[in-house]
Amino acid sequence: MDLQLFTLVLLDAVSYAALVFLVAVGLSLIFGVMRVLNVAHGAFYAIGAYTTATFVIWLEGQGASPWLSFPLLLLSAVIVGLVLGPLVEFGLLRRIYEKEEILQLLVTFALFMILEDVQKLVWGVRSYFADTPLQLLGSVEVAGVFYTRYQAMLLPAVAIIVLVGLRFFLRRTLPGKILTVVTEDREMAMALGINAQRVFLLTFTLGTMLAALGGALAAPTSSVSTGIAGEMIVLSFAVAASAGLGQIEGAALTALLIGFGRSLAVYMAPELDAVVPYLIMTAILLFRPQGMFGLPQARRV
Amino acid sequence: MTSPLLQAIDVHIHFDGLIAADGVTLDVFPEEFLAIVGPNGAGKTTFLNICTGYLKPDKGTVIFAGNDISRKTPRERTQLGIARSFQHPQLFIEQDLMTNILLSIGARDGFWNPLRRLDRPAAVDEAHALLNLFQIDQHADAIIHNLPEGVRKLADIALALALKPRLLMMDEPTSGVSATEKTQVMDILINALQEQSVAAVFIEHDMDVVTRYAHRVAVWNQGKIQICDTPDVVMNDADVRANVIGME
Amino acid sequence: MIRKIALAVIAILLCIGLFVFPWMKAVLTVALAKGIVVLGIMLLLRAGQVSLGHGMFVAVSAYAVAFGNEWLGTNEMLLQIPFAVVVSGVVGLVIGLFVARYRYIFFAMLNLAFSMVFFSFLQKSYRLTGGSDGVSVQTPTIAGLSLEAGTYNWVLFFLALALCVGCVLLAFRFFRSAMGQALSALKTNEVRVAYIGISPWRTMVVIYTLSAMLAGLGGSLLAYTTGHVTPELSYWTRSGEYVFIAILGGTTGILGPFMGAMVFEFIRTYASAWLTNAWQLTLGTILLVIILFAQSGIWGLFAPPPPKAKTPEEKRYDVPAAAGD
Repeated sequence: MDLQLFTLVLLDAVSYAALVFLVAVGLSLIFGVMRVLNVAHGAFYAIGAYTTATFVIWLEGQGASPWLSFPLLLLSAVIVGLVLGPLVEFGLLRRIYEKEEILQLLVTFALFMILEDVQKLVWGVRSYFADTPLQLLGSVEVAGVFYTRYQAMLLPAVAIIVLVGLRFFLRRTLPGKILTVVTEDREMAMALGINAQRVFLLTFTLGTMLAALGGALAAPTSSVSTGIAGEMIVLSFAVAASAGLGQIEGAALTALLIGFGRSLAVYMAPELDAVVPYLIMTAILLFRPQGMFGLPQARRV
Repeated sequence: MTSPLLQAIDVHIHFDGLIAADGVTLDVFPEEFLAIVGPNGAGKTTFLNICTGYLKPDKGTVIFAGNDISRKTPRERTQLGIARSFQHPQLFIEQDLMTNILLSIGARDGFWNPLRRLDRPAAVDEAHALLNLFQIDQHADAIIHNLPEGVRKLADIALALALKPRLLMMDEPTSGVSATEKTQVMDILINALQEQSVAAVFIEHDMDVVTRYAHRVAVWNQGKIQICDTPDVVMNDADVRANVIGME
Repeated sequence: MIRKIALAVIAILLCIGLFVFPWMKAVLTVALAKGIVVLGIMLLLRAGQVSLGHGMFVAVSAYAVAFGNEWLGTNEMLLQIPFAVVVSGVVGLVIGLFVARYRYIFFAMLNLAFSMVFFSFLQKSYRLTGGSDGVSVQTPTIAGLSLEAGTYNWVLFFLALALCVGCVLLAFRFFRSAMGQALSALKTNEVRVAYIGISPWRTMVVIYTLSAMLAGLGGSLLAYTTGHVTPELSYWTRSGEYVFIAILGGTTGILGPFMGAMVFEFIRTYASAWLTNAWQLTLGTILLVIILFAQSGIWGLFAPPPPKAKTPEEKRYDVPAAAGD
């Protein structure tokens, strides 16, 4: 493989991994703290993408500076997160925390189905193109290969900022540490008087915002249409599960691993490119069901 | 001198610095009743777990009827003839008492036949007989999670006995049973065991029960067996009186 | 009493509808086929496990039917169906040997992973499997006879019905056997199951294979009814659907899966027709309502299970990590 091809593979992997990581990390966080596998997470991603597309297209019609599309991108993620997060957590999830895990899963699955149709009802079934932010940043040349700055630099940068930011938040700030404690030992946390309700609300809203951010950032890279929610949820789940549900830093690594595997396949074995992420997930789970970085289940006698 | 039914040889196990068994060697003979006594947390339940396969020792061997079972799983050991009851009764809580016993009988006898009823008449009769023996037959149709602890304790033992084992290992069989009923329960249990020629090892805290029913007593202290002899000898041992019985 | 009357009335209405409305046959046939798949899901649910990947076995069998002519050398339905069931059973056994070691979320995830591997493989191998276009299913002969469309559809319906009845009867027998009763035991206290001498792993392998075969049986009927098989059969949302139907219908009675499947198919077909973009909304909402207010599902509405007493947390021995036992 020559340098150019390798660079292409690398850039593809990194930009892909960045997006998947953003969605996967929110999913992992929510599971880690709340023990809920949020199938609707993919829908938040999609709604983030649709909202961004709507904003960007509206902006184009206004004749204002196209650079405003960037803050709009961020804004749409925040709005979606702040609106849908609390709505879903308070309105729905609160009622199911006491239920069996499978019922909780089905509740989020039902929510996913509902939101799929909500997307269709609000935005229809057409595709939306909103690549202004992508175009604005132009291209950059790396080792003889031309790649968009947006994908080669902005996406990884955001992913890194989120990763570092989350690490800092979880380890250095009080709310973050509380979140960590609840993840590690929920019973103990509650015995210490931690308000689980507030922790869950915060976690879910944060997770939703991250998913929406992933969607917002993804919107300019390809068309936004129906079906992206379903695709993204299972992919981000593969990343999160391979790392170990609840493992934040690990998710970055498995995102890169899966991104890299997929990129290689795209160029060298195209029939396998969609298969690779799930092959990797299967292989990892067969040997370490708790994920690469997850803690093995302790046995209680 | 008959050969032992169960032999634990030089068993060692530790958990993160806590030594639960420190070179334990113990023999159990066919049809004998052996009590294991000792302070809480000394490692008695752990020892039971090792004998029955739930835990693997760091060092040491377990031999049953001449076969080395050290590597065998609980399931394999059960099929060889070791049955067990637990300190906290381990039952199938969503099903009724009769079904629980029937499952034991069914496990012993034709589990892999999907067309054969679990509740075939012969099995049901056997289950009723067993439940009658423990005087809990009136609860046969009750779902386990509706039954009081005392009944569940007996059910747990009955479940083990339904397997027709050669060795029954019980973890505090009379805990949770009121003082007035203990003798009654033990009488029934010992009677049933003798009828079926089953050897029994039981962890026990009640010294009266031990003195009345055990052929031998093993005193467990800090991971070692301090002394293992008839109740008379053990109860009169000065060291035991000072350190072990005083705490009971 | 009212419930039994309601049940009878619904059954009668269905029968009338069948004869009056020609399109109902297809909907009911699909519902019966899915019901059989969901019966397999129910087996696993009774043992306390959820598979998020059973679409894989439906797909395996459906494709086996589609390629039936090529692989078997015969276009006879009565030979293709057993063939498809055996194929999905074999695949189920092989995969079961691995996944039966895992429990709860790990079990669910592994199943999902396998089914997505299969899905993406089907999607991408255009030359082998027709890719996302799928493969069409040649109308088979039934007992050697080539039937014209109307008769064929009726026969297919009655065959599905007969197979359903057969599966239900076998299920009744199975749940009364030691293995069938052991499912609930596995769910509530797996360690105790080992301690009465039963291998949890072996039991799970058997259950898993049986559930794969049921999914295969349903899959073959689906292939014939729709006349076309696509990779989407193995997509995760399809697997989710089967679990959805299981809870919707209720797992406390053997008829639950079939009731759930009928409600599901009816709503899906008719909501699709009237409110094209709202059938998922409708079904999703119904599932939410069921989970929040009627946890025993539709079957539970007709035959409510005895109320569970509130008990303190059972102190239980935990499930060993990877029992290859």
